[in-house]
Amino acid sequence: MTQEELLTIKADTSVDARGTSCPGPLLAAKKAIGTIEKGQIMEVLSADEGTRNDIPKWCNKKGFECLGTVEESGFYKIYLKK
Amino acid sequence: MQQVTETQAVDFQKQIDELKKKVSMLEGMNQDQLSIAVVSGDFDKVLAAMVISLGAAAMDMEVKLFFSFWSLAALRDPKKKAHGKNFVSKMFGIMLPKGKDKLKLSNMNMGGMGPKMIKSIMKKHGVLSLEEMFKQAGEFGIEITICEMSMDLMGIKKEELIDYPNLRFAGAVTFAGDAGESSAQLFI
Repeated sequence: MTQEELLTIKADTSVDARGTSCPGPLLAAKKAIGTIEKGQIMEVLSADEGTRNDIPKWCNKKGFECLGTVEESGFYKIYLKK
Repeated sequence: MQQVTETQAVDFQKQIDELKKKVSMLEGMNQDQLSIAVVSGDFDKVLAAMVISLGAAAMDMEVKLFFSFWSLAALRDPKKKAHGKNFVSKMFGIMLPKGKDKLKLSNMNMGGMGPKMIKSIMKKHGVLSLEEMFKQAGEFGIEITICEMSMDLMGIKKEELIDYPNLRFAGAVTFAGDAGESSAQLFI
């Protein structure tokens, strides 16, 4: 997905893991993924750069679709579809 | 069209059955599982073991930790006391760190200054503390196996260990078995 497309996404749920470091954001994402249905979109906010690479790996394994990352000032918004 | 004779068909069936057997054996061999032998009792190394374990658990891997030798100090509960130890065990008990909060750094320990500094930096960066990591690990069902032989050597008794939901006691064979079924094995 392009950056423009990502910016228009409305996530069904949002996980704010900006206060934690590796592996905190992934643990938060894992907890939150259970609360959404298949086909819904989740955004993960993380200030940890490693998460940007970790989430796609996790998605790949779990069969979720990682839509992409939007870089904000000081943190990342990572979008994925269950 | 070529005619397949009956003997050929039986032969094929035999080969397929054999292959099926081999595939199911291979599937059983490499589970999506991580086994770590945690031998070091340094703060940084136990921390690394826990971070990797939690990462793997988040990836839905089964995680099995095998604690032996120096790492046993990390599993001591500072609030608990064991009785009936002999002199050498008592001395060991005094010299070994009492719990995960008292572990030393493998480098730059500086008489205890190093761990204090690292812990404050970790807090600032929002890294979970070792205490919280063990709690998370318990919630994820990460299994901790304690080497019985090490416990005897270090003079550590069961009654002075932390309360952890999936704690079991076993020997090297258990680790070898678990490691054999795992897709990833680490030694820390």
